[in-house]
Amino acid sequence: MKFETPAGKNPIDQLKVVGRATSRIDGRLKTTGNAPYAYEQHDVAAHQAYGFVVGAAIAKGRITAMDTTLARAAPGVVAVIGTLDHAQPLPKSRFNTAHLFGGPQVEHYHQAIALVVADSFEQARAAAALIRTDYAREPGQFDLAKAAPDAPLVPGSKGKPDVARVGDFDTAFTQAPVQLDRSYTTPDESHAMMEPHATIAAWDGDRLTVWTSNQMIAWGKASLATTLGMPPEKIRLNAPFIGGGFGGKLFIRADVVLAALGAKAAGRPVKLALTRPMMMNNTTHRPATIQRVRLGATRDGKLTAIAHSSASGDLPGGDPEAAVSQTQLLYAAPHRETFMKLAVLDLPEGNAMRAPGEAPGLMVLEMAMDEMAEKLGMDPVEFRILNDTQVDPAKPDRSFSQRHLIECLRTGAEKFGWSKRNPKPAQVREGRWLIGMGVAAGFRNNLLMKSAARIRLERGGRLTVETDMTDIGTGSYTILAQTAAEMMGVPLDAVTVKLGDSDFPASAGSGGQWGGNNSTAGLYAACVKLRAMVAQTLGLSENAHFADGKVIEGEKALPLAQAAREGPLTAEDLIEYGTLDKQYQQSTFASHFVEAAVDAYTGETRIRRMLAVCDAGRILNPKAARSQVIGAMTMGVGAALSEELAVDKRFGYFVNHDLAGYEVAVHADIPHQEVMFLDYPDDKSSPMKAKGVGELGLCGVGAAIANAIYNATGVRVRDYPITLDKHLEHLPVLA
Amino acid sequence: MKSGDAFGFSRRGVLVGGSAAGAVLVHAGPVQAAPAKGDVPVTMPVSLEVNGTRHDLQLDTRTTLLDALREHLHLIGTKKGCDHGQCGACTVIVNGERINSCLSLALQHQGDKVTTIEGLGTPDKLHPMQAAFIEHDGFQCGYCTPGQICSAVAVLGEIRRGVPSHVQEDIVAAPAVSNQELRERMSGNICRCGAYSNIMEAMQHVAGESA
Ligand code: FES
Ligand code: FES
Repeated sequence: MKFETPAGKNPIDQLKVVGRATSRIDGRLKTTGNAPYAYEQHDVAAHQAYGFVVGAAIAKGRITAMDTTLARAAPGVVAVIGTLDHAQPLPKSRFNTAHLFGGPQVEHYHQAIALVVADSFEQARAAAALIRTDYAREPGQFDLAKAAPDAPLVPGSKGKPDVARVGDFDTAFTQAPVQLDRSYTTPDESHAMMEPHATIAAWDGDRLTVWTSNQMIAWGKASLATTLGMPPEKIRLNAPFIGGGFGGKLFIRADVVLAALGAKAAGRPVKLALTRPMMMNNTTHRPATIQRVRLGATRDGKLTAIAHSSASGDLPGGDPEAAVSQTQLLYAAPHRETFMKLAVLDLPEGNAMRAPGEAPGLMVLEMAMDEMAEKLGMDPVEFRILNDTQVDPAKPDRSFSQRHLIECLRTGAEKFGWSKRNPKPAQVREGRWLIGMGVAAGFRNNLLMKSAARIRLERGGRLTVETDMTDIGTGSYTILAQTAAEMMGVPLDAVTVKLGDSDFPASAGSGGQWGGNNSTAGLYAACVKLRAMVAQTLGLSENAHFADGKVIEGEKALPLAQAAREGPLTAEDLIEYGTLDKQYQQSTFASHFVEAAVDAYTGETRIRRMLAVCDAGRILNPKAARSQVIGAMTMGVGAALSEELAVDKRFGYFVNHDLAGYEVAVHADIPHQEVMFLDYPDDKSSPMKAKGVGELGLCGVGAAIANAIYNATGVRVRDYPITLDKHLEHLPVLA
Repeated sequence: MKSGDAFGFSRRGVLVGGSAAGAVLVHAGPVQAAPAKGDVPVTMPVSLEVNGTRHDLQLDTRTTLLDALREHLHLIGTKKGCDHGQCGACTVIVNGERINSCLSLALQHQGDKVTTIEGLGTPDKLHPMQAAFIEHDGFQCGYCTPGQICSAVAVLGEIRRGVPSHVQEDIVAAPAVSNQELRERMSGNICRCGAYSNIMEAMQHVAGESA
């Protein structure tokens, strides 16, 4: 099905199942420990051996020798693979920046350099410690602040100029009566999903099956084929349950490559997981940024000039953290300028983490907006509303498909009690606590990606949905079941959903908050086909409607199951998109409100209240969507207050590479969270009229926290995370 | 204690100096002698009572309780998030107390009664806490969830028994089932999906019903 014109009325609009708060259909499995994750599929292949991965102990250089003699002789060892067994690195897919394995070169710390396979985990681990490696270390660049000034501009995509300009920023900024020019930093961050990267690999002749933890099955299959130099059709990837990804499992990693190599060498299935201390340097991370924002405004608060630039680093051939993208679309101003610089750093690979670009970009832009509002003596909510735009500022005849940011801000302000905020910072006290409120806007684009699915009407009337879509905690199982139930007129529990298998039709996968809308739209297309097949089988026209397990036309009401009396009916289709996302800017919007308390004696911050109001099209399952948003808000608390990969600038690695040193938010950090969804189905996004929501909740929340802290303390910290040492000295003296 | 200082340098310091000078040779690896080929791992017998069933196992002495459950009994509900006592995904209830099963060796648990998530309830017969987690959507990816649920059940028990926590105003008074109290006691269980707010609702729900 090609989606080229805005969606008209369709069966989804009935909202008998879709749009209702629905408990997850996989909930019983997950809460009872019966959902098998990658490492746990004991019964898929007999006689599984255990792999243990060894990581490089230097950040850059060459391996001159590796002695595996002791490891090979160790008890229980079945196979040892060293990186020098391969003269060259294994080919990498277009999604990987650093090589995953092979050859003498070390590109980053903890890059995989060896695998030990043994009968037991304990034996593999012990033997891995017996490998002796000699390195020739080379100097590397590990310091973004040092490298940034000389870093080259990032070329504009698709032939666009390096510096994106609208109007004449320099002149407008110089002439602006009120100006703000500030620099900010955001640190390297780690996905730190709870399930480590893990794989079981089994060969059957020249065919390979991997049970792994990956967000993008079709990409993973193609990438693995490239890296292993084999035809993709000989590979099957299976990931029915994924213990979190957040972008860290978009691409294949060393676990799946080494499990495959290990299984080949061992002549039996191999299972392995990256150890927690290896994950943060072996895999990808969100790169640190140094950003600068310049805002020019009239005295009554109209922005006339906006500039945003960002510098980040990555390995050679890597990508920038696109922290300036939202600034091209969020606020009106006739004169604008954005650009990025990318330094070569020899740290581990930087890559996508939840809301790449917008997450650190909005932490900065929305702090700058707060500073500007204060300079103007304006309320930060009103300042944002005054500078709203309903069109793409660079192409004023291109409007947003839907944009209700103003309503997000007004509704949020009302609900949160924003009018009680004292605009003067450091005025509100409760005992030892300094209290403040902060606001920020959230913004993230809605991406359209083609997505396929298959649906089968079984004998007896049950429905089975099959697609390689993944559920990484997003609730895919449930919204796909809701979609099928709504389209075919059956109750939710008449639908079985099977996901994450590369033998199923290729979906959009889980990333960039595109999974929900696109995967359900793909299933919608398959359901339209199945409805036609059912109607034809039953001798009805395409006007028949499907409800209560029946197919109804005029006087006739036939049981749906009757259509499968002779055998199952299977329909497969995909959704593809025309140019609606070119004609219209499709984005999602939010307002974030936060109340923070800062201990006047210790500088410790406590988040007291959080509210997000989201404008993200039709919400398919308000229960799971709310969870996506609160989860993202929680990640935003970590980003604002505690998360930072500490760079050892001498040796070139992240020092705090485990969950004790890298501090994500825990229960004690998170208060009760409120989420509201505005109800604006977007007919230009897909037949589902839904948009992404999984990343929106993270966009802007960090700045709302920072602004609340400033309102509490009067101390502006522009280097995230806002740890107590950064403001303690400057806190107001207690009377 | 400062043996490295006796020589006026540390291993790290040598490496720093070396890297400043350009390429430098570094070794990483063992200094101990190799075990002889054919050595068998040292195993010992242990009996555990897991979810009411006795299991007599012969285990590598290095096997953690966590791996005994996951790899030997195939009770995959107990999760390995870090293997270092940093995340709580491996929480199980041993003789009535919750512990991180990655932090103890299986052999330390001779005769112990272990309750895992599978022992609390099944898909057809949910424990009230499991049902409350589903109703309040107290999870997303589900990987931390068995640990959260085992902790949640144990925490309500701790509060009932009057086990104090450091957020209590009065440490000798009976602890309350307050949001702050629950959050404090649950903070050893990380949920990167960020379901905390919903987990609190699930726990309050169960606490309210059993109160
Ligand atoms: S696996 Fe035991 S605490 Fe993380
Ligand atoms: S549900 Fe994913 S980590 Fe808690």
